[in-house]
Amino acid sequence: MKVIYMDNNATTQVAPEVLEEMLPYFSEFYGNPSSMHTFGGMVEQKIVEARERLARLLGASPEEIIFTSCGTESDNTAIRAAILSNPDKKHIVTSRVEHPAVKNLYEYLAKNGYRVTFVPVDRKGILDLDYLYKNLSEDTAIVSLMWANNESGVIFPIEDIGKVLKEKGIVFHTDAVQAVGKIPIDLKNVNVDMLSLSGHKLHGPKGVGALYVRKGTKFSPFLIGGHQEKGRRGGTENAASIVGLGKASELAARNISGENIRVKKLRDKLETEILNRVSNAIINGDREHRLPNTTSIAFEFVEGESILLMMDEYGICASSGSACTSGSLEPSHVLRAMGVPFTAAHGSVRFSLSIYNTEEEIDFIIEKLPPIIERLRELSPFWKKAL
Amino acid sequence: MWEYTKTVKDHFLNPRNVGIIEDADGVGEVGSLACGDALTLYFKLDDHKRIKDVKFQTFGCASAIASSSALTEMIKGLTLEEAAKVTNEDIAEFLGGLPKQKMHCSVMGRDALEKAISNYRGEAEKKVEGEIVCECFGVTDIEIERAVRENNLTSIEDVTNYVKAGGGCESCHDKIQKIIDETLGRETKVKKKVIRLTNIQKIKLIEETLEREIKPALKKDGGNIELVDVDGNNVIVKLQGTCAACSASEITLKNYVESKLRELVAPELLVEEVQS
Repeated sequence: MKVIYMDNNATTQVAPEVLEEMLPYFSEFYGNPSSMHTFGGMVEQKIVEARERLARLLGASPEEIIFTSCGTESDNTAIRAAILSNPDKKHIVTSRVEHPAVKNLYEYLAKNGYRVTFVPVDRKGILDLDYLYKNLSEDTAIVSLMWANNESGVIFPIEDIGKVLKEKGIVFHTDAVQAVGKIPIDLKNVNVDMLSLSGHKLHGPKGVGALYVRKGTKFSPFLIGGHQEKGRRGGTENAASIVGLGKASELAARNISGENIRVKKLRDKLETEILNRVSNAIINGDREHRLPNTTSIAFEFVEGESILLMMDEYGICASSGSACTSGSLEPSHVLRAMGVPFTAAHGSVRFSLSIYNTEEEIDFIIEKLPPIIERLRELSPFWKKAL
Repeated sequence: MWEYTKTVKDHFLNPRNVGIIEDADGVGEVGSLACGDALTLYFKLDDHKRIKDVKFQTFGCASAIASSSALTEMIKGLTLEEAAKVTNEDIAEFLGGLPKQKMHCSVMGRDALEKAISNYRGEAEKKVEGEIVCECFGVTDIEIERAVRENNLTSIEDVTNYVKAGGGCESCHDKIQKIIDETLGRETKVKKKVIRLTNIQKIKLIEETLEREIKPALKKDGGNIELVDVDGNNVIVKLQGTCAACSASEITLKNYVESKLRELVAPELLVEEVQS
């Protein structure tokens, strides 16, 4: 069966060009980049190149890039570094819709002596800036806010927030795992002190991430060990994957304008056609300030896992904010924070596209999905009552 | 991804007996939109009081739909007495098993059937009995107790998997643990979470244990006990009433008071008596 992959916010296909560039670093070039010999040095040179490529994508300088093992490690490193560098400050701020990598760390810190402010969002997923600014104080050690939300795709105004936080001298970290490679980012013009990203979200390999740390930001390592990454992250470099992330960054920089317009068009077509064909369907999240590849659609009176499994019969891969898919009993914290009513939250499905999706695939979903919803609604005891 | 059996997938993709019976003899409705799953079950009896026709409508995940479909197949042709004996385990078994986290789907089937039978017999809903323990999912102590008893559940996680209780804000976890302990005939123990107690915590806990566990037992025999001091691990007490005069007071101290304190506070405690 053909796979129609529309779950790119979960993970992406490794670009063929990326794989090609990685392969020799699993076989031929196995040297340790820290070694004194030329053989190891060849690997080191390639890592230098990867760092430059990633820095270029972000508008950063290469020294500001630390390679890590994943987005979660980058988030943990950044937040712990800010706390350790400001030992007297006991207040930390984030939003209510963060990825678990930030959310659960904040909840852990809340149990360990930190006062935490979780900034709410409105029905469209837009951050309550007044609430954010009102709650900042001399005691605030760090503000950590995602650049773009993984479920709704909603983009936070990181640039505006950065200006305010810079004036106040508060450390600003952003989890940009979903933003990097999808929307242009130029850190020369945005005041963030630290930024997390992950390789496998932009057609790079899994098992590699990076943390941008602006020059002059107080830092302390999370993984203490060797001198790798200038002592900021111990552990022998995951050379092949770093090479892959470098190549993926180069491709992303090239694709970000042209290809994204095409992806956005496909997303918009999918969304519009589904809304035309299915009644009681709602888009979760603000349609203006949103990633070009993401749409979260709530189908009222049906349940998300059932939708996913019926789509799975056609090879369509998507994901859901419903309770049943995660094994928890409540719908996703993001949809709940947005106040999506229960009638809709349980039936939310997220499609996230990539540059590899085609118009034929979109047409296929437009054809197959409406009958699935109709079928499940016929099974649902609430549907007829709602009409 | 869940590991669903072929039977679950079959009943999900091709559910049997979907629909409504307009002139049903019994109707059972369980669940709600907020909870994430809901089921309405209808049945019609024949002249011999056997289930002639049965239909369902379900809002929920694949295993909820499959459990409902399976249930309808299982009870067709049965008398209500026979149908009433169908347990949630039977439904899960019919489907070749369900993932543990999805057992509540089979419980929902059983509950709907019970309600439909009660509805036919004109009985008042049983659910009004009992006290709501889990506010998030509206689960009562009686429902939790029953799930624990019938399925031999031993942990809060199990209870959540079977009846959803405790799966939301988690503030009812202590209450659920108590129900599990009581149902399984375990004594409810003072929480032993704190491994290394500070002196203040230790003294407090000793006082609490004396008040709650030991004094009531001694008072039954006309005795009493008073805490005089705590010095390191030495607990100094004074026996009063009949205990003070009792020749077996030494045994009471060592076998009852000390062992109780060791069990509930810290295993290294020694109890000493001061004479009045």
